[in-house]
Amino acid sequence: MIARTALGALAALLSGTAAQAQDMAITGGRVVIGDGSAPIEGGTVVIRAGKVVAAGAGVAVPPGVAVLDAKGKWVTPGLVVAVTDLGLVDVGAVDDSNDSGAGKAPFNAALDISAAINPAAQPVAVARANGVTRAAVAPLGTGAIFEGQGAVIDTGSDPKAVTAPRAFQYVELGEDGARLAGGSRVAAYAVLKNALDEAREIALAPAGARRDDVLLTRRDAAALVPVVTGRQPLYVHVERAADIRMALALKGDYPALKLVLVGASEGWLAAREIAAAGVPVLATPLNDLPSRFEQLAATQSNVGRMAAGGVRVALGAYGGNSPAVAQYAGNLVALTKVPRATGLSWDKAFAAISSGPAEAMGMGDRFGSLRAGRAGDVVIWDGDPLDVRSGVVKVFIDGVEQSLGNHQSRLKDRYQTVPEGSLPKAYDW
Amino acid sequence: MKLRTVLAAGAAISLALAGTGGLSAKDKTDKEESAAVKAARDFDKNPYPSTYRPYPGQATLITGATVFDGTGKRIDNGVVLLRGGKVAAVGGAMADLDVPADAVRIDGRGKFVTPGVIDVHSHLGVYPSPGVDAHSDGNEMTNPTTPDVWAEHSVWPQDPGFSRALANGGVTSLQILPGSGNLMGGRSVVLKNVYARTVQGMKFPDAPYGMKMACGENPKRVYGAKGRMPSTRMGNFAVNRATWIKAKEYRAKRDAGKLESRDLAMETLAGVLDGDIKIQNHCYRADEMALVLDMAKEAGYKVTAFHHAVEAYKIGDLLKENDVCSAIWADWWGFKMESYDAVPENAGLLYKAGACVVIHSDDDNGIQRLNQEAAKAQGSARRAGIAIPDEEVIRWFTANAAKAIGVDKDTGSLEPGKMGDMVLWNGNPLSVYSRPEKVWVDGALLFDANDPKRRPVSDFELGHPGEGDVK
Repeated sequence: MIARTALGALAALLSGTAAQAQDMAITGGRVVIGDGSAPIEGGTVVIRAGKVVAAGAGVAVPPGVAVLDAKGKWVTPGLVVAVTDLGLVDVGAVDDSNDSGAGKAPFNAALDISAAINPAAQPVAVARANGVTRAAVAPLGTGAIFEGQGAVIDTGSDPKAVTAPRAFQYVELGEDGARLAGGSRVAAYAVLKNALDEAREIALAPAGARRDDVLLTRRDAAALVPVVTGRQPLYVHVERAADIRMALALKGDYPALKLVLVGASEGWLAAREIAAAGVPVLATPLNDLPSRFEQLAATQSNVGRMAAGGVRVALGAYGGNSPAVAQYAGNLVALTKVPRATGLSWDKAFAAISSGPAEAMGMGDRFGSLRAGRAGDVVIWDGDPLDVRSGVVKVFIDGVEQSLGNHQSRLKDRYQTVPEGSLPKAYDW
Repeated sequence: MKLRTVLAAGAAISLALAGTGGLSAKDKTDKEESAAVKAARDFDKNPYPSTYRPYPGQATLITGATVFDGTGKRIDNGVVLLRGGKVAAVGGAMADLDVPADAVRIDGRGKFVTPGVIDVHSHLGVYPSPGVDAHSDGNEMTNPTTPDVWAEHSVWPQDPGFSRALANGGVTSLQILPGSGNLMGGRSVVLKNVYARTVQGMKFPDAPYGMKMACGENPKRVYGAKGRMPSTRMGNFAVNRATWIKAKEYRAKRDAGKLESRDLAMETLAGVLDGDIKIQNHCYRADEMALVLDMAKEAGYKVTAFHHAVEAYKIGDLLKENDVCSAIWADWWGFKMESYDAVPENAGLLYKAGACVVIHSDDDNGIQRLNQEAAKAQGSARRAGIAIPDEEVIRWFTANAAKAIGVDKDTGSLEPGKMGDMVLWNGNPLSVYSRPEKVWVDGALLFDANDPKRRPVSDFELGHPGEGDVK
């Protein structure tokens, strides 16, 4: 039975024919819209043509659509992870399989990560089985402060993974930026400003001759034109409060910049300034160690304090492929019961891994919640999705039900019984 | 008092061993023995003794709590009494309890009590925060076998990580291991999670030493890159086996009273062969674990625990048969080739096979959430049709962990006479929403979420932004 299901999924994958989005109504579950509102008991979610039509209490089931009973289950938007290497890596430490960095490349800002996305990579399948449906994939580990252009992807098993190529540019400031720029933050800012100025010159005269003393290749400088003109967000990795303030000050010289702060372990110390600038933050959720001198003030209360200070903060920058996104959000809820700590309410914590990151990416109108018009990215869970003991029952992306099978689930099936039977384990599939 | 006990015990061990050596060398007279032979035989086996002493604690009575005692028992509406630094009583009724008049009484209704959490795989102190190059003291990667190095000589007792492990993770004891760059990485040290000015002040009294070994990718990569052996898995085994052969020869010479000089590396290996030092073996793949078990038989030692062991679920029967614990993560996966077959059901499948499960961290963040990692593994097991009660899951980071590092006679469970190492949680510790409210070590209250000053702040954090923050 299990084997047959797997074969069917395999056949669908090989033939390249994606399953069709099905019009449906998911009824009876505890519905989480994902926008920071409270869960709705016995709500209904209606999906048509791959998009959410309506979700909530008292939503009528349209005639003729399939009805999926989710009684006793939780129904949520798919989780959104921001700043990850999903789709770029099969095995992190196997260099040949890892496209997340390009330390020896002749280009930096021009690097376009969308060319390398592999929707069949196992980390994508595992993330999907853990309820992740969209991701902002960042290039990390080039030889310059500009890491290149990231993409927004879905985690579906169909070949069309890229939701938005060249969705953002990524720059390292802080300790990493200092190292990459030649040894100091001073150098990082000189490199950054020079690069943005070169981009400006190209923006003003796209076909014109360039100065003799340019440092960037034309391709790299041209790739920064959408950044300096505000058409492409600039993700800035900073941790230290002083670095956060310096990054925000860039808007003085380059007013069109659409900044997004990434990491921001000491964000709580600069919450007022971040909130005033209206810059969204993708914060690493549970950093509480002075792992580097640039994060001496790290605390798990960072996200809660920033949120309380009016910062548009969501979770991100997790690194690695551990499917712990929901666990991080759950921990922020736990803080609400700890004296002197600041966490997030359950509703806000869930939003911080769904609509929050989608909005930080500038795509909150496309996915990340079950509000009408968003992509039909829906996850059905067997319990509270933020509780580590809960699991995923079904995943839909753009209204298409997804396979939850992967390398891990096949191994689990094979080793439910440990000793060999009448044939070697290799025949059990 | 405590100090004297430790010293006496150390002396007793030295005497016992000296006695053995003397017996097998009976044909020699004392006169004929050179000073070198004596030195090689009668060395101090405990030259950096623990100076840890329990801090004063008040007798404490918790009533009305759900108690997971670490041995697999759950007591609803339970009572726990700490007195004299020890667990004095655990049960469901107040009857027969000799509660001192000045005992602190805690209403535990709605709360949960477990033994202090134990992490069998930590690098706190040897890879401390901040993680700058100057602090990188965990791997002596200049020789593939370094049984002569001792982790305690690298531990920085001011690592801020200890405080997070206590306050957020309820960790009261932990084993600090050398890294996995070497086949034989050196001796581990078991610590009480209590800050001290010296590492000796943190050492768990009378805990046995462990020795770190590592299979697979790391040693062959590190030394292959240096153009020397081992550069393959077969090279790993060849170097290990040759080293064990030497160790057996050394031990035989020692027992015959024929050693001419001391050899720190061989002393550690001989201690393993004597059964005094426990092998803690980093090993991911099932096939390699099976080979290591045969190597252990060939050389005459026992593997106490396989660490990381992401493929342990493939050989649960073998691990059970050999009485080896698997110290594992809940779901770390795919970051290197030898972790590619990790499954989140690893713990559940091992439990089903009757093998020993320990949840470990190997991480200064993960050590703050061992309870959650265990709960995650419990959830994955349930979905695979393996239902494991909470009180059993608690063992994975308490009693089983204590067994895997050889301190189970002292801690790891709430049984009368054991150390007063205990956590009061503000909810079920297997829920992501729960945190430690109070943590006791040897009966002393060393963390209290309700008391801003009752939390440790390491020297490093003084005067820095965030000093004394909730973290």
